[in-house]
Amino acid sequence: MYGKGILKGLGVTLKRYIDTYIDDIRWMGKRYYKSEGIAHRSSKDARGIFTIQYPEEKVPVPEEFRFIPFLVYDDGENGEHILRCTSCGICPKVCPPQCIWITRTTNPATGRPIPDPAEFYIDADICMNCGLCAEYCPFDAIKMDHDYELASFARNILNLQSLSKSASYYEGIRPINATKENRARDAKLAARAAAGVKAE
Amino acid sequence: MTTPAPVETLDLSTLLPGFVTTDTRPGYSGWVVDKNHLVEFASKLRDEFGYDLLTSVTGVDYLPDDKMEVVYHAFKTTGGPVLNYKVQVPRQDPIEVPSLVSVYPGVELQEREIWDLFGIIFTGHPDLRRILMWEGFEGHPLRKDWKEAYFEEESKPFKSRWPDGKIVQAENNNKFSDNIAYPAGFDPEKWIPEGEDALYGSLAKYEYTSQDGIKNDHIVVNLGPQHPSTHGVFRVSAVLDGEIIANLKPVMGYLHRNHEKIGERNTFLQNMPYTDRLDYLSSLSNNFGYALTVEKLMNIEVPERAEYIRVIMAELTRITNHCMALGALFNDLGTFFTPLIYLLEERELILDIFEAVTGSRMMCNYFRFGGVARDFPEGILEKIKGLVFERLPKKIDEIDRFMSDNEIIRSRGIGQGILTAEDAIRFSATGPLLRASGVPYDVRRADPYSIYDRFDFDIVVRQNGDIYDRYMVRLEEMRQSVRIIQQAIKGLPVGEFQTGKPQYQVRVPAGESYGRVESPKGELAFYVISTGKPSPWRYHVRAPSFINLTPYGHMCVGQKIADIVAILGSIDIVLGEVDR
Amino acid sequence: MDVKDINTPGYEIPEEIEGQVAITTLDKIYNWGRSASVWPLMFALACCGIEYICAQASRFDLSRFGMEVTRPSPRQSDLMLVSGTVTKKMMPTIVRLYNQMPEPKYVIAMGSCASGGGPFKEGYNVVSGIDRYIPVDVYIPGCPPTPQALINGLIKLQEKISKQSIKTVRWYQKGEDQASIPVPILGPDLIDPRKIPLIKNHEA
Repeated sequence: MYGKGILKGLGVTLKRYIDTYIDDIRWMGKRYYKSEGIAHRSSKDARGIFTIQYPEEKVPVPEEFRFIPFLVYDDGENGEHILRCTSCGICPKVCPPQCIWITRTTNPATGRPIPDPAEFYIDADICMNCGLCAEYCPFDAIKMDHDYELASFARNILNLQSLSKSASYYEGIRPINATKENRARDAKLAARAAAGVKAE
Repeated sequence: MTTPAPVETLDLSTLLPGFVTTDTRPGYSGWVVDKNHLVEFASKLRDEFGYDLLTSVTGVDYLPDDKMEVVYHAFKTTGGPVLNYKVQVPRQDPIEVPSLVSVYPGVELQEREIWDLFGIIFTGHPDLRRILMWEGFEGHPLRKDWKEAYFEEESKPFKSRWPDGKIVQAENNNKFSDNIAYPAGFDPEKWIPEGEDALYGSLAKYEYTSQDGIKNDHIVVNLGPQHPSTHGVFRVSAVLDGEIIANLKPVMGYLHRNHEKIGERNTFLQNMPYTDRLDYLSSLSNNFGYALTVEKLMNIEVPERAEYIRVIMAELTRITNHCMALGALFNDLGTFFTPLIYLLEERELILDIFEAVTGSRMMCNYFRFGGVARDFPEGILEKIKGLVFERLPKKIDEIDRFMSDNEIIRSRGIGQGILTAEDAIRFSATGPLLRASGVPYDVRRADPYSIYDRFDFDIVVRQNGDIYDRYMVRLEEMRQSVRIIQQAIKGLPVGEFQTGKPQYQVRVPAGESYGRVESPKGELAFYVISTGKPSPWRYHVRAPSFINLTPYGHMCVGQKIADIVAILGSIDIVLGEVDR
Repeated sequence: MDVKDINTPGYEIPEEIEGQVAITTLDKIYNWGRSASVWPLMFALACCGIEYICAQASRFDLSRFGMEVTRPSPRQSDLMLVSGTVTKKMMPTIVRLYNQMPEPKYVIAMGSCASGGGPFKEGYNVVSGIDRYIPVDVYIPGCPPTPQALINGLIKLQEKISKQSIKTVRWYQKGEDQASIPVPILGPDLIDPRKIPLIKNHEA
């Protein structure tokens, strides 16, 4: 019969249409604006309506998600910000589109470099969000952000101030990685301390 | 990893004594053919040795040796390793090489690209025009002595970034504060744009007919570059006789992002995220191809676990790509977005996995030389299992039920845009386009790379070579990919995911390397030449969507104008890869 | 914009007709209508275009914002979403499309390529940001911005629209139309007609 294929196809759409209502009833109003509802709509069992109602609902961001980079600072004893960055220059070297500029601080008295960036720029309109800077940073100082709501009315060039974010923020967005890295750093410090003790 | 090709057993130097010699440079392989005997050599190779598929042609500029080289890569459609041969010519304009279009019509667009970017003239080419840049553009950009307006340094990393990196936008170094440069003495007011005369001239190669005293005229129709059915910024210029297409030329270059020129300045690792942006629907396949090519040069092994992860990710990529390709094809055939939206739902679920594993939905940048960037995070394997063992098979069947018997899809697909097996091979088509024409050629089987020889899967072949068959091939390939992933998940071993320490500056020995994978669009290959420096000397991408466009005009002629978009949809192109 | 915001112009409504009469200002109702029915041009350039298609599809569903009506013709659209790398070869077409759009028109630069050249900035065929040729209203960084980042940018655009006033907007002013932009010419390199004097006087 001519038209059978079209009817069969319409059956598929009808089924998906009905699925939405079946799922709505099954979830008893918990389907929307609840994290378990969002998780269900992003799982293999998702049926019917698939929409995430951004901005009221948001798709959960996985740990590895990367957007524009930022610099991590630790809080000092008096609340000052101690950047982890030592301006070693690996991130500008590894950056594929070369969007990172770093000025190293030099000691005015000796002329020797101090491990602390005087200036740090990232041109967000060149950055390709590849994450290589974060991947190869030996000091866990530069990391990829999760904040993607950056739309603005002007171009974005990020400087040291706008790039710096606290270590607790970093631990908040990437708990697993942060714990792993903290543990490795502590182990390294302990090893160094032990070696120091021995040498004395 | 595949072992290098055993081409040496084939002694070609006796084929044309004195005119064919082995390439003896360290790290190189293949044959050097005398320029004047190239056509003879190529046709003998095709007819007597069965190398019927010439997949890639590219140029190399050896500036220090004052030489230009054209490199050809040929294969047998029955399978087997690569055979490459080269033609070397002195680097003085005019640089001329005979065209191979008469032997392999598939090189037509590639030779135009080499003319455009290297300025090598192919004598005997039927339509040698610029292809990626416009007529009138100054210079041939891939020559090593050609510098762009924002030129900073010969290779990255640039010295101005550290330790005294004061931010400078590239515009401020240029005297026009823009990405432009003009030849000396250029007067814009006297400039007459060359326009489209060359294009329309090449289209109008046929006569007007007259019937009953009425002269039939032809009209030229342009689709694109901004057109909803061209899948991006692609342009088609067609000559119509009534509603029938009399001649058709693809026009491209509207997304030419200078991938290869930038790639020759990048370090080997820096190219990895750039490959994501070639075929942006299947970034992990691109990663795969590039990683294989460089690993071949570096001669390193990949740990077992990494191989399995790579296969899982590459096959998931194939599914996402076919979701998009089929959805877009259905749109072109007349459905109004519903099947596309259904397929995009599945794609979204797979993209969630990519996001969790690699960090980004589309631009994954996940493969590294000798492994992958990081291991699977916890819990992700369960998600993949849920998808490939439960959801995806059902959903693929649903699309099958939804569309395969649909009368409109069938009548617009069956018997339309036919490409015969012989033509498909002649035009160097690869991927689903070739397999829908009845040639069971798949790189995963013909020249197995990675660990594909361990999996049990079928090469999907259909016989008619029309739009409907290409759809069916893609649908069935999704099922086969699911099969491969199921096996790979079962066999996924525990262990390392990366050989050695991760390093950002890899040492790549001098030599050439041609690595290829079966990307969802066809054979994706990278041709990389290293001189031992941190960045490649030549970095060429054999882009399947670009070369699959070569038979496009051939498929369209004689069809109705409405089939232009349907045939284009069935080829499945991505402009990032076509134009690079 | 919320319905409450539209309905509070600061005038008292007498009690007897409350519930039957609504008072608002012309600006508010005009902007509300416009911001809730921004029709984008069906126009995708590169990678970002795919994320735009995803934003249109069922998961992110732009029709919740009245933006699902993508028009293939610039004559019917309000918003040009420049989604991807803009090449020199494409630039004349884009300017022509922009000139063909009727007022009021808006431009969003989606992704780093359209905003400032992006990773391909150094390339010989790449334009360093669409704002060198056409005015841009909202910039969305990211490579590519996820669909949610894109929607965030579209909400920013809605904010911008709802702040405009009929009295001061460009397209109701007397005088010459400032919006039309000279179309670039493809020469030995891209020629911006506004820069011809500069190009003429340059020394090679």
